[in-house]
Amino acid sequence: MAGEAAALAAKKLAYGNVIAGFLLLAICVLATSVRLFSVIKYESVIHEFDPYFNYRVSRFLTEKGFTETWDFFDSFTWYPLGRVVGGTMYPGLIFTAGAIWSLLQQLNVPIHIQEVCVFTAPLFSGACALSTYLFMKEVRGQGAGLASAAIIAVVPSYISRSVAGSYDLEAVAIFALVFVFYLYVKTLNTGSLKWATALFFGYLYMVASWGGYSFIANLLPIHCLACIVFQRVSVRLYIAYAPWVVLGALAAANIPVIGFNAVLMSEHMASFFVFGLLHAALAIQYIQHMLPPRAYSAAKRLVITVGGAALALVLALVVSYVAASPTFGWTGRSLSLLDPTYASKYIPIIASVSEHQPPTWSSYFTDLHIASLLAPAGLLLCFRPLTDASLFLLLYGVTAVYFSGVMVRLMLVLAPAACCLAGLALSEVTSYLATSLAAAHQDDAAAATASAAASRRVESEAADSAAPSNTGTSKRTAKDTAASASSARKGGKAAKKSSAASGGDSWLSDTWRPLPKDVAIVGLILVFAGMGLFYKHSVFVAGEMYSAPSIVLQSKRADGGVKVFDDFREAYAWLSYNTPPEAKVASWWDYGYQTTAMANRTVIVDNNTWNNTHIATVGRAMSSPEKKAWQIFRSLDVEYVFVVFGGFIGYPSDDINKFLWMVRIGGGVFPEIKEPAYLGADGNYRVDDQAGKALLDSTMWKLSYYRFADCGPMFGAPRGYDRVRNTVIGKTDFELKYFEEVFTSEHWMMRIYRVLPQPNRDTKLRNPRRTKVTNRARIKRRAASGAPA
Amino acid sequence: MNQQFESVKEIVAEFSKSYHKTPQRLKLLDAFSICALATAVLQFVYAKLVGTFPFNAFLAGFFCCVGTFVLTLALRMKASEAGGGVAEFGGYALAMCTLFLASVNYIG
Repeated sequence: MAGEAAALAAKKLAYGNVIAGFLLLAICVLATSVRLFSVIKYESVIHEFDPYFNYRVSRFLTEKGFTETWDFFDSFTWYPLGRVVGGTMYPGLIFTAGAIWSLLQQLNVPIHIQEVCVFTAPLFSGACALSTYLFMKEVRGQGAGLASAAIIAVVPSYISRSVAGSYDLEAVAIFALVFVFYLYVKTLNTGSLKWATALFFGYLYMVASWGGYSFIANLLPIHCLACIVFQRVSVRLYIAYAPWVVLGALAAANIPVIGFNAVLMSEHMASFFVFGLLHAALAIQYIQHMLPPRAYSAAKRLVITVGGAALALVLALVVSYVAASPTFGWTGRSLSLLDPTYASKYIPIIASVSEHQPPTWSSYFTDLHIASLLAPAGLLLCFRPLTDASLFLLLYGVTAVYFSGVMVRLMLVLAPAACCLAGLALSEVTSYLATSLAAAHQDDAAAATASAAASRRVESEAADSAAPSNTGTSKRTAKDTAASASSARKGGKAAKKSSAASGGDSWLSDTWRPLPKDVAIVGLILVFAGMGLFYKHSVFVAGEMYSAPSIVLQSKRADGGVKVFDDFREAYAWLSYNTPPEAKVASWWDYGYQTTAMANRTVIVDNNTWNNTHIATVGRAMSSPEKKAWQIFRSLDVEYVFVVFGGFIGYPSDDINKFLWMVRIGGGVFPEIKEPAYLGADGNYRVDDQAGKALLDSTMWKLSYYRFADCGPMFGAPRGYDRVRNTVIGKTDFELKYFEEVFTSEHWMMRIYRVLPQPNRDTKLRNPRRTKVTNRARIKRRAASGAPA
Repeated sequence: MNQQFESVKEIVAEFSKSYHKTPQRLKLLDAFSICALATAVLQFVYAKLVGTFPFNAFLAGFFCCVGTFVLTLALRMKASEAGGGVAEFGGYALAMCTLFLASVNYIG
């Protein structure tokens, strides 16, 4: 009987594991396919700006090999300074793509490195879902694991940074983050040094992949400290934490971009501090174990007096070392995370990036949907019961919520935490409802069998006593039936309790009462409906909002068709085919990576933004009048300048909208640039005739609006109507003396100018490639701009 | 002060008495870890006196010694939990090999 029950349980477990396996396969396929919208809607192209740099280095890796990439010095950017790529890049993503590419090459599948780069992110999102499953399986159980994996496969926040084509560091870093957490919790639960070694390799991959590793480097010490404070110190905690401190510091130091910062910067001090605390706590435990109580209390008194003095001395040393540096040893980026107002005061470049702004409330719901509702319930469920692993998940959730409030970009770090907590809540709710349903079924079944038995018994009794007297026995049988029915009900309840006892886990306490069957059914329907809404929302958001490659734009035509704006690639191709290979190109830093990757020309500044003065120089050039800008560009050997202009078709992210940031960054280094000069009389940033005087004279104005009034926008708008700012521009007709327009893309989105070696002395001498200008137009133009005749 | 000194002597005496009772294996592991820690302290003092160039070599050597100390201590704790018997040595060996690999790679 017992053997049969055990065999039945084993068969159930086997079926359960097979179902779990199929579910995980489906989750991975879902995670990968929901990210392929951009490839289906547009083409297999690399998105945004930063991925172009990663793509360029990956191309270099496939051409030159592994060791050459470490020594790669890029002379195509930051002219004339160059960039030591080997020492300033996070190599994880690039070497991952390179490894996949070379594996495919060896299997005789000759895919171009661009395709590998485009599809790396969806591949690793499937791996991330698997890691989440493993992580939550360690924290709570298989059910929580499956639920969390199902949520993180489609959570919009993660999709936004890992669509096909978004070849950025986060594509592999989020997978590495969750995998490190899984290895840590596994080591914590098993206390085995094998897993500690695996944790080292996982952490090495994480450190190589993303600057966000410092989040892990501080979260693990916080967790260890919490365990010390809550008196959960054990051998397993020591094996999980202490080898990680040493091996992790070595791992971080081995990556050139981090190097000595692994021990010198304040971001890592927490791990060493808690390392010491952990040893102290263990030493206290050991001595308490070894000494008899009287000697132990004497030792305690001694240690408190002596140790207190020593600790004060060490603290004074640390404080003096840290206070010597103006940022208390933290890097600027980390300080901008801790103090949200720091960047806007001191580092305008960090403040200018739109991803670094705090998120709005609606973005929490759009990016997390149902996870934002379930996560607080998951936070509470971490306490029932509170294990080391669930304490870790709790701390992860709380710290991630704080940091996500600082920057929109860090919503991505919150996404796995929210999904894990939501999965925990979801699996607990579903198992409660399902257990209630199963118990209700069993109750009915037990009642049915018991009443069947009782009615059989009653019938037999009635049959026995049928003969003597019907009236007398009928009353008795009625009472018997009632009694046996109530005993059947009691038997049913007892059977239910025992079934709950046998199938129970955390739902087993004296206060657990199953829900009635109807409530359980309605509850399950609501849960599945909620999840259905979540999936519908996520797929919609993935398809409509997050799949746009910003290099190609789309809009709907009046007849319902789709119009594609491919201006950027058109302009980069023009640059690549029509300019000398040694030409230097100047633009705002946003477009640096794309220019070097697609146009293959040297740029002055790019998205790495490591040299603020260089960027400020370009900003100063764009904000100055034509002659000053010409002198600055000539001093940098610049031959071509381009601007992005959206006023023709209504593209809002153009350089005129970014112009105030150029002024601020330039003004941060060169004090002669004052922001109020570029604002209108009422203090607003305007481009109509009330625009600031300095704005009307600036090179950015001239390069953006040159001849814009001649070839006006469509649909009967007045001459010189800017469709982004929605006004007629202030100065419409002017000539360029130091620049020559050489290319404007089809929808005027990119405009390329050549820096003339000598100024154009006779501005009346028209460019013969221009359209014929009639006398009437000439008179009208001269009158409008007040140019000398 | 004298009283404190007396109590210190007493504490030390009690401690060494109960330390004598620990099994031989654990005492061996303890000695090894103290040795590793002493080497680390020696390296630190040397770096303070003579200078930290090349810094990566100092870090590699220092972390190697501290890592040995930590791992041996971990093995010792697991062995003492197992009642002085055999603890998981394979994991310890693997971790030590990884530690040396990382240090040698960094030592330049």
